[in-house]
Amino acid sequence: MKLYLKYASIILRCQLQYKVSFLMSTIGQFLVAFSTFLGVYFMFNRFGSVNGFTYTEVLLCFAIMLTSFSLAECFVRGFDAFSGIISNGEFDRIMVRPRNEIFQVLASRIEFSRIGRLFQAIALFMYAIPKSGVLWSVDKIITLALMLLGGFFVFSGLFIIYATLCFFTTEGLEFMNIFTDGTREFGKYPLSIYGEGILKFLTYVVPVALFQYYPFLYLIGRTDNILYMLAPVAGIAFIVPCLIFWKIGVRHYKSTGS
Amino acid sequence: MKKYLSFFRIRLINGLQYRAAAWAGVVTQFTWGGLTLLMFWAFYQNGQNIFPMTFSELSSYIWLQQALLALYMAWYFDNDIFDTITSGNISYELCRPVDIYTMWFTKNMAVRLSRALLRSMPILIVAVFLPKPFNISPPASVLSGLLFLISMILGFLVLIAFSMLIYISTFYTMSPLGIRILVTSVVELLAGGIIPIPFFPQSLQTIINVLPFASMQNTPFLIYNGYFEGNDILLSMLLQIGWVITLMLLGRVLMRKALRKVVIHGG
Repeated sequence: MKLYLKYASIILRCQLQYKVSFLMSTIGQFLVAFSTFLGVYFMFNRFGSVNGFTYTEVLLCFAIMLTSFSLAECFVRGFDAFSGIISNGEFDRIMVRPRNEIFQVLASRIEFSRIGRLFQAIALFMYAIPKSGVLWSVDKIITLALMLLGGFFVFSGLFIIYATLCFFTTEGLEFMNIFTDGTREFGKYPLSIYGEGILKFLTYVVPVALFQYYPFLYLIGRTDNILYMLAPVAGIAFIVPCLIFWKIGVRHYKSTGS
Repeated sequence: MKKYLSFFRIRLINGLQYRAAAWAGVVTQFTWGGLTLLMFWAFYQNGQNIFPMTFSELSSYIWLQQALLALYMAWYFDNDIFDTITSGNISYELCRPVDIYTMWFTKNMAVRLSRALLRSMPILIVAVFLPKPFNISPPASVLSGLLFLISMILGFLVLIAFSMLIYISTFYTMSPLGIRILVTSVVELLAGGIIPIPFFPQSLQTIINVLPFASMQNTPFLIYNGYFEGNDILLSMLLQIGWVITLMLLGRVLMRKALRKVVIHGG
């Protein structure tokens, strides 16, 4: 942990060297998320509600998605650049060091400019939490925390899978973006609006609904089922198969030789 | 003219090599389009009467948007050009007997076109056979089909003329990254990349429609699906022509100004 903080402070100081660029990227990240928000706003301006979900409820959902994604992106983004680490042979160096490989990949890249997105999410929370009509009792607060945590782990798991695939293909696979960026974009609405089939897929195959849709129903009081509240725990467990897959990938690793 | 044609050809052929990447792109964009339509479908369920167009018109719009993404995506830039400016290699380009603006313009066209050629057909073919109303319909009429093609090219030119301004701004800022993210997110929204412009609030639409961004992808798609009719088509296409000329002139002027006092960074 101490080492991680050391890595983090080096990277932060590094990125702050380019002050204007850093600031612009942060603002840019904010604006990207903001234009998505405007898209949602305009839709509700016209239609009022979708599938029985109100504007503020959807905003809450959107904020949860954005927070967990931007946290995961900030700290686990090292895996996103993993094809580069493999193809330039940096992974060989990582493997000979007496520290865990995952730790090193994580610590190699921390994108602080991604907090631009996080600001957006916090702003949304500040607006949506009081307006959403949710009575913030202890169990609701726990649900919210579980959702954020579950989201963080599911996204991290997806980033790890994305990186592990690089062991087999050497190159990043663009279609994995559907699961990461796509989840962020389309997960701003409760997942049930995409229909039964998509919801099932996102429950059993890629467990996004476990931290988004089911606990969200509990959060806004559509259900009292305690299982729905605890669904994100199963989402957190998603990290386990991802890590196993990673281990298999590492054993499979052949250096590119450069 | 001939030399620019060969720049165009080299880039085009170069771009056509990346076929595996193109297939991955097709899968991604197809899923993206499908999910977008499902999202709109959910809104359609409770508000059919306030939907600004019929659902199959929207389907045509979304599928065209996904299929032609490579032509109109605002976030794509040719990194070679940025590198040329920041690394100082621009000095070599300046020695060549070519007009830099035209050269970059044609290169950009070629890269985007090559991507679109590889990706658009598979998406469109599958989209034709989807169940109604999620499929892409044929153009509203033969005439609107023809006008769509012309307007598509005009929109393409507007977009490239606009992105040339971003390249040129690098002469002044030397760090393209920030401006790029900033500008592209604004363009994406105002061009109808997030939700089609007819879904914007009415009062905003009147302003947005005259901005150059609406002249990019929005105009050709709305001509294709029949949302624009008669005079609307004529006006919006005239606006497109106006923006192509304005943006290209502006780009040339700024480029000449920038080149007059260009600072070469090292060698």
